[in-house]
Amino acid sequence: MKFASEFRDPKAAKALLAEIARVADGLGASRKNPVHIMEICGGHTHSIFRYGLDKLVHEGIEFIHGPGCPVCVLPRARVDECIEIAEKEGVIFTTFGDAMRVPGSKKSLLQAKAAGADIRMVYSPLDALELARRNPGREVVFFGLGFETTTPSTALAIQQAAREGLANFSVFCNHITVPEPIKALLDDPHMVLDGFIGPGHVSMVIGVHPYDFIAQDYHKPIVVAGFEPTDLLQSVLMVLRQIAAGEARVENQYARVVPENGNPVSLAAIADVYEKRPSFEWRGLGEIDASGLRIRPAYAAFDAEEKFGVGYAGVRTELEEPEGCACGAVMTGRMKPVHCAQFGRGCTPEMPLGALMVSSEGACAAYWQYGGARAAD
Amino acid sequence: MCLGIPGQIVAITAPERMMAMAEVSGVRREVNVACVAGAELGDLIGQWALIHVGFAMSLIDEEEAAKTLEALHDLGEAQETLAQMAEGDAALAGPGEGV
Repeated sequence: MKFASEFRDPKAAKALLAEIARVADGLGASRKNPVHIMEICGGHTHSIFRYGLDKLVHEGIEFIHGPGCPVCVLPRARVDECIEIAEKEGVIFTTFGDAMRVPGSKKSLLQAKAAGADIRMVYSPLDALELARRNPGREVVFFGLGFETTTPSTALAIQQAAREGLANFSVFCNHITVPEPIKALLDDPHMVLDGFIGPGHVSMVIGVHPYDFIAQDYHKPIVVAGFEPTDLLQSVLMVLRQIAAGEARVENQYARVVPENGNPVSLAAIADVYEKRPSFEWRGLGEIDASGLRIRPAYAAFDAEEKFGVGYAGVRTELEEPEGCACGAVMTGRMKPVHCAQFGRGCTPEMPLGALMVSSEGACAAYWQYGGARAAD
Repeated sequence: MCLGIPGQIVAITAPERMMAMAEVSGVRREVNVACVAGAELGDLIGQWALIHVGFAMSLIDEEEAAKTLEALHDLGEAQETLAQMAEGDAALAGPGEGV
């Protein structure tokens, strides 16, 4: 670790690391008996590995990598359904690039594109809207993927399509929400979690109160954090201090971007266009109550599930993980990536077997790129 | 994909659709400003915003924008986002190569 050059403010980082060590020692935390802190967001996972924070912090702190990487929690059956839509006559299927290499049961979107389907990587749902305007004779479908950070973008795009009467635009909605899987993990008797680093940009949309149950009902601290290394270290320290004081509160380390009550325009658009599904399937975690969103009947004309009879509007298949893939165990913190028999053998970023190896926000890809954590030595 | 990128709003392009031109690391890209708009859209010109998948989601100050951009470059996310913007432009032109 080139400490001075890697950190913009090495002095502040060193002071934070020293204070973390002091509080961790006070708690009696050790490598054998660590404090387990889950960073929920995949962006935080990436940042932790990029800066080697997992190795720099006191050895009594163990990071548990949470389910906050949208493509990592995408079941293979959803990828198959994307391909089913994309291969229909006249369809232009649009998606964020992140989803292109996620393996389906037979192929990925990238492979389907190579085989001739008109699948286009776009930066924004606005690109998909523009494609629909320019191609009135084609059906343009956007793969709506992601947590609350991206949900407003597809909600606003659907509202815009409705205003313009763009009948050839629809969204295949697979949006998911952060609080419900966290509740599911807290209810899992095998999980040991002492505190949470809360997602920054999801919270920019939803605010900090959706996490109140973590403190009030489960008595665990959660600190909403920014993405810079010193933000993360500061947040770890805030979690530890709460634990040391016997407290459990929702704190906001990233107040410069995250308003307490979120973004009202985004929340209104989400509420107008989407409603909760009774349950939604997560890769590695199974069905979780009320954890996914669907398009409200008022916007059914823009719902690809209804238009093409797929997903929860069609015959849904449940697929087992590919043989040897331990993404589920890694996702729930029960296994470190390097302990998976396929890690680096049958599963690499170039030829991923499991979704955690696909995205830069996935724990396996992060281990692969930056080297494993101390806990996995 | 959740990280977003800072950009500076330089012009309002289509007020009826809440669209503005933003400059992101030297690249111009039309973005939706509905989530950060106040009473006067014109007041946004010159301001910095965190842009997620084509939508300005939060106004930030210039120093925060510079720090965030630097962190995103460290993570390789800034380069990736700019590449995705170019992909988006290419997607409008046609189906592209079947990789």
